[in-house]
Amino acid sequence: MTLREQIQQVIDDEPVAIFMKGTPERPACGNSLRALQALWSAGAPITAVDILPDPQIRQELSALSDWPTIPQVFVKGELIGGADITEELYASGDLGRRLDEALGSEREQVVKTVAVG
Amino acid sequence: MATDAIRALLEQAFPNGSVDVLDRTGGGDHFHVTVESASFEGLSLVEQHRLVNRALAAPLADGTIHELRITTKGTP
Repeated sequence: MTLREQIQQVIDDEPVAIFMKGTPERPACGNSLRALQALWSAGAPITAVDILPDPQIRQELSALSDWPTIPQVFVKGELIGGADITEELYASGDLGRRLDEALGSEREQVVKTVAVG
Repeated sequence: MATDAIRALLEQAFPNGSVDVLDRTGGGDHFHVTVESASFEGLSLVEQHRLVNRALAAPLADGTIHELRITTKGTP
C-alpha cells in the first residue's frame, strides 16, 4: 500500500482519527493538545497518528483532505476540522452530539496510536 | 510576515467582511485571524475555515505562517 492509501485507510476505518504532532502521551504542539483534550472531554475514542516522523505524511494527508494545517480530526471518515473547530464544537455540545450520532452514546473510550509509512 | 500582509489577503478574499489579525506571540508567525463575512452563511465550520485557509494558501504553504488560529462569524 502507498503512504496515501495507508492514511486513507486510517481515516476510513477508525471511528475517530487525529493526525497530530507527537502522540497522546507526548503531544509536541499546543494545537494538537487542544484538539486531543476536546476529543477526550467529549468522550471520543481516539486513534492518533503522529505526522512528525516523516514530512511526507503531512503532505499526503493535506493533499487528501484539502486542509493545510495540523492537527486534523476525522469522525467516521469525515473531516471535522482542526483544533479551533474541534474546540468550538466541544464547547457548543455539537461534538458530543456528533459522536453520539456516529458511534452511539455507549461508546468505549480507548486511546491508541498507529503508525503509517 | 507582518499582520498587514495577512490582513490584506483576507480583505481581498472577503471584501465586504470585517477582518481582525492578531500576532499571538509578537514573532510574526503565530496568528489568530477573525473574519466576519456574509460569505459564511449556510456553510459548515469546515467550509468556512477552508475559505480562510484558501485566502492564506501562499503564506501557509511557504511557512511564513507557522501557526494559524481561525475564528469565523456570519454577519448578524
